[in-house]
Order: sequence, then C-alpha cells, then structure tokens
Amino acid sequence: MGMTSAQKRGFGATLWDWLTTVDHKKIGILYLAGGGFFFLLGGLEAVIIRIQLMSPENNFISAGLYNEMITMHGTTMIFLAAMPILLGLMNFIMPLQIGARDVAFPFLNSLGFWLFLFGGVLLNLSWFTGAPDAGWTNYAPLSIQSPGHGIDFYIMGLQLSGAGTLMGGINFIVTIVLMRAPGMTYMRMPLFTWTTFVASILILFAFPALTVGLFLMMFDRMFGSAFFDAALGGNAVIWQHLFWIFGHPEVYILILPVFGVFSEVFPTFAKKRLFGYTAMVFATFLIAFLGFMVWAHHMFTVGLGPVANSIFAVATMAIAVPTGIKIFNWLFTLWGGSIKINTAMLWSLAFIPSFTIGGMTGVMLASAVADYQYHDSYFVIGHFHYVIVGGTVFGILAGLHYWWPKMFGKYLHEGLGQISFWTFFVGFHLTFFIQHFLGLMGMPRRYWVFLENQGLDTGNLISSIGAFFMSFGVIVFLINIIYTTIKGKKAPRDAWGSGRTLEWTISSPPVHYNFKQLPLVRGLDPLWIEKTEGNEKMTPAEPVDEIHMPNGSILPLIMTIGFTIASYGFIYQTGNKYWLIAVYSGIAIALICMLTRSLKDDHGHHISKEELERVGD
Amino acid sequence: MTDEMSTRKINSFQKQKNKQEMQRMVVSFALMIIFTLIAFALVMLEVPSTYVIPIILLLAFVQVGFQFFYFMHLKDKGHEVPSQIIYGGVFITVMVALTFTVITWW
Repeated sequence: MGMTSAQKRGFGATLWDWLTTVDHKKIGILYLAGGGFFFLLGGLEAVIIRIQLMSPENNFISAGLYNEMITMHGTTMIFLAAMPILLGLMNFIMPLQIGARDVAFPFLNSLGFWLFLFGGVLLNLSWFTGAPDAGWTNYAPLSIQSPGHGIDFYIMGLQLSGAGTLMGGINFIVTIVLMRAPGMTYMRMPLFTWTTFVASILILFAFPALTVGLFLMMFDRMFGSAFFDAALGGNAVIWQHLFWIFGHPEVYILILPVFGVFSEVFPTFAKKRLFGYTAMVFATFLIAFLGFMVWAHHMFTVGLGPVANSIFAVATMAIAVPTGIKIFNWLFTLWGGSIKINTAMLWSLAFIPSFTIGGMTGVMLASAVADYQYHDSYFVIGHFHYVIVGGTVFGILAGLHYWWPKMFGKYLHEGLGQISFWTFFVGFHLTFFIQHFLGLMGMPRRYWVFLENQGLDTGNLISSIGAFFMSFGVIVFLINIIYTTIKGKKAPRDAWGSGRTLEWTISSPPVHYNFKQLPLVRGLDPLWIEKTEGNEKMTPAEPVDEIHMPNGSILPLIMTIGFTIASYGFIYQTGNKYWLIAVYSGIAIALICMLTRSLKDDHGHHISKEELERVGD
Repeated sequence: MTDEMSTRKINSFQKQKNKQEMQRMVVSFALMIIFTLIAFALVMLEVPSTYVIPIILLLAFVQVGFQFFYFMHLKDKGHEVPSQIIYGGVFITVMVALTFTVITWW
C-alpha cells in the first residue's frame, strides 16, 4: 500500500485497477459499495411505501406503482443489499482471519461480483419501463399473468446476481477448506470464518432451487411452457415450494454471518474469550441443517394438510433452541467482562433484545394454527423486519464499525456513529413494533391503502415517523463515512487494542499480499495467545520468500457484460424476434471470454524477496 | 542426499498405488458401460416396465456410487470435507424430492 500511495496514479489507471482487480480486499470493498448503493435505493423505496401509508386512503403513489415499490423494496434489500454487503465483509475479512493471501479462485471472485452488480443494475433498469409487481416472492400465477416486462427483469436480474452469489459461496468453501494457515485447525477458526463457511454451504445448496425456479418461470413467461399453469396441467404451488426451499435457507444466509460478527465483537470489547466456542460452532451447523427442513412454514395456508403443517411447525420451533444457545453464549461472554462501549458494541448489544423479539414472534408464527390468523398480515412484516433489520442490518453496521479501521486504516467517528445508532435504533422500534399490532388488528400486507377510523390511523403514522428516524440515522452514517475518509483518525494494526484474531496482526489497511510470512497458529484466538505470552507479533510459519499472487483480469467484466446483453435479449425477444441477435451476440461475447480464459496461460506474478524486505512488514 | 532416497522410495510406493487406482478406475468404467448397455438392452427387448424401471433405477444408483467414490475420489483419505458436503447435498436433494412427491404430487 505504501508504494502505491507514494506514486500518485492517474484516474484512468486507478479505474482500470478497480475494474480488473482480483484482490479479495478490493472486491470486498466493491461488494460493500455496490451493496451500499442498493441499500440506499431499497431504503428510498421503503420511505416511499411509508409515506403512502402515513394516512388513510393516501394518494401519494398509484396502486400499480405501490405494487412495484413493495416488490422492488423486498427484492433489492434481500438480494442486492443485505447479501452483497455480507459477501463484502466475508470477502475482505475471512481470508485475513484464516491467514490466507487471497481466496481460492480470485478470477471467479471478481466474476461473482460483476454478475451481482450487473444483475442488480439490470433489475433496477426495469424502473424505466415498469418494474416487477408480484411481490418479492413473485408467486405464480400472479407473476405469470403480470403484463409488461417487469417480471422478466426480475427473472433475468436475479438469475445473473444469483449466479454471482453461488460462485462466491463455492469460492469461500474452497478457501476455508484448503487455505488455512499452518496450525489453523477447524476448531481454531474464528466464529466469523465458521459462519462464513456454513453460510456458503447454505448458498451452495439453496441457490440451485432458486435457479431452477427462475428457469421454469422464464420458460413459462417467454417460451410458452406451462409449469405453473393449472389450466394446462401445471401446478402453481411448485413455484412456492421452489422459492421457499431457496428462500428459507436464504434468511439463514443473511443471519449466520452476522452471528459471526457479533461473536467477534463481543469477545474483543468484553476482553474475554467467546463463551462456549464449541457450542457456538455446533449451534451454527444445527441452524443450517434445520434451516433446510422448514421451508413449508411459509406455506401453512396453502393447504398442505395437517400432517405436513405439523411436521414443519415442529421443525421450525426447534430452530429456537440453537439460536437460544447462541443468545445465552453471547450474554455469558459479556458477563464479567471488562466491557468497552462504542458504536460497534452498541449495535451488537441492541441486536440481542431486538433479534430475540423477532425470534419470539417467529415461534408464534411457527404455530400452524395461529398462522392462519397472522398470515399475510402486518404481523409478518413486523416479525421479519425484526429479524432482518434487528439482526442482519444491526450486524452489518456492527461489523462495519468494527472492521472499518482494518479495511480503510481509519476509525469511523465515534460521536457521529452513536448519533446514527440511537436515531436508527429508536426509529427501527417505532417503525416495526407497532406493525405487529396493526397486523393483529387485521391490516393485511401489500395493500395500497387502508380505510379511515378502523383503528389503523395512529399506528401507521407512528410507523412512518419511525421510518424517517431510520433514514436520518442512515444519512448520519453516510456523513460519517465521508468525514472519516477525509479527516478520520489513523488506526494501528491492532485497532481496538484487544484484537484476538489474525486480521489484527497485519497493517491497517493490509498490504495486497496480506501476510509477508504466513503466521503460525497455536490455538483459538492466536493473537491473544501471543499477547498473553508477551509476544508483540505472531510467530512466522515460514521464512521470508517469494510470494505468488494472481494477476488482474478484465475478462470477468466483459463476460458479465456479455451475459447482461443476452439477458436483455431474452427479455425483449418475446415481442420482437430481432432481439434474438442480442441473445446470440451476448452469449458469444461471454463464450469468447471463457475461451480466452481457458486457452491463455496466466501464471500470476511473484513478489520478490528483495521487495518484501525493502517494504518491511 | 538422504532426501532423494526417501522420495524415490515414496515414488515407488506411489507408483504401486497409482497403478491400483488406475485398475479400479478402468474396472468401474467398464462396469458403468456394461450397466448402460444392460439398461438399453432391457428397453429394446421390451421387457415389461414393472421390471425395467426398478432395474434401471438400481443400475443408476450403483453408477452414481461409482461416479462419487471412484471418479470423484470420495473414498480417498483427505477428502472428508468434500464428501461431507456432497452427502449433505444428496440428503437435501432426496428430502426435497420426497417432499414434492408426498405433499404436492401424491
């Protein structure tokens, strides 16, 4: 890093560097930036929804636009904001935590990012011609009959970004299995690495179901098949099954990595080893395992029958057990610790009660009989925002505050951080707590308006006011990022002074090869072990020697552009067959890139011993 | 150098192992082709479908085993984690297929 910043490079060279990068840290930052952008977009959509519902029979947006707004809000937040931001954190931090110099497949990593970004952009371009409007779950037959190209954009956009996510998942699995530093056994891996591993396995198993579902939907809408058309012998419920076989593990993909984040933040700021490490690892696996057995609890009212409903209800309630184990382990980690409260810690502490409320309403929803009352009401909206915002978003913000000094070499401003925390935290509970009661009073979800004097007016107003508080918190966070970039305090290696894991042993931000010498890991929390023995540094596991690093490549970007052109072609060829030209040429571009990649040898580059010694650590 | 000696020894051991491995691969490959031929033959001889379908499924099951254990090396040492992940995938696929059969199509 010292070298690159010493010689100022032109804008073009910097841009080219970012477009061709295969460095896991830069790709991590790109994921964070892309995910952050879509988070703002999804947030804007949320605010528009809340303005529409601020007063009874409001006319802020039309009914059709409202449907597009709720669909895009959900889809954007899940697929394009929460998951990419998590992938960004995983990408940046996980290789550092296991003592690796990059991920296993750097080229694939870059391809995964670009596919996500272009998938997201493609989906959002639908705003110009009519966005998807069948809800983020996109249930057939509504989605089959939706006119225009909105749903087609949904299909192709998610197909692209889903392929990117799948690549990311496979990449992380291989990285963790094969690239751990000497001495880093499985049971010495930090919890964030563990949850990255488990979430990646979930991605590997869950995303194919979405891919299949989207393909069937694509053929139904574009090529006249009838998988979901009951009139022609199809079955619309199959979409629901496929969607939720993917969709339920998906929510664990969203929550498990942040469980990992909290498991890093609590020990660091309580200066105590994580309570019940082994139990935490097994609880993570148990949640992942059970996460695949419960998808039909989204479909209790479909009419699966009492036996199926009961089985899925019991399995769902069982998930509360490993999650409860985790909650108690965090509390026991804090107990008796020498606790330091800062923004990262505030987000983590706020997570525990917020997420627990979401978990509790989850168990209520899991009861199949009671679910007939809750189904498709605002109670459900309240529940899943408590787990996704109170869990995933709080976790992301905790993780960002915790690792910001490592990623960018500067501390986020503490005062601004606390302002954004308190406004967002208060706003969050204002917005969503009342929604449980709105739901119990009978307010259905996804409705454009509600009527006056049905007891829903005040609740909705409070909910909308909360949304403004949350927006304020997000804006303060953005200001904080800008402020920190310009004037932030510089961070040393061990930014918090009580770091326990390997990422705190290297410079902030890390050099592009991460570790000059791979560290020798002597136990759980390797840096902490060295500290207790009075060592300032890790013991190296190898002499200083040449480092082999991958070369950057522009091919992933071009390949993705090819797939995007082809996707456009698929969307519009239903109306005009000339669009098939876009399909063929897009696929051709992608295939040529693949061929180039396969035939052209690229052995990467070596960083010489002399250079390593000159740079110092 | 003593190192060279020991590498040579390992090499001869490795060679022996490789040869064995190759033999197994060829045998399983041949068996897989024979299984496929049997499957085709049964259909072409117009054996009643009550027999053909279970037999073909059985043959397919064995072939998947060959594929996993011999060609994808699941039986080898040091492949525990990939094997676990594949078993996990098989488990989930079977479960999903079973659920579909029971609650959607039955």
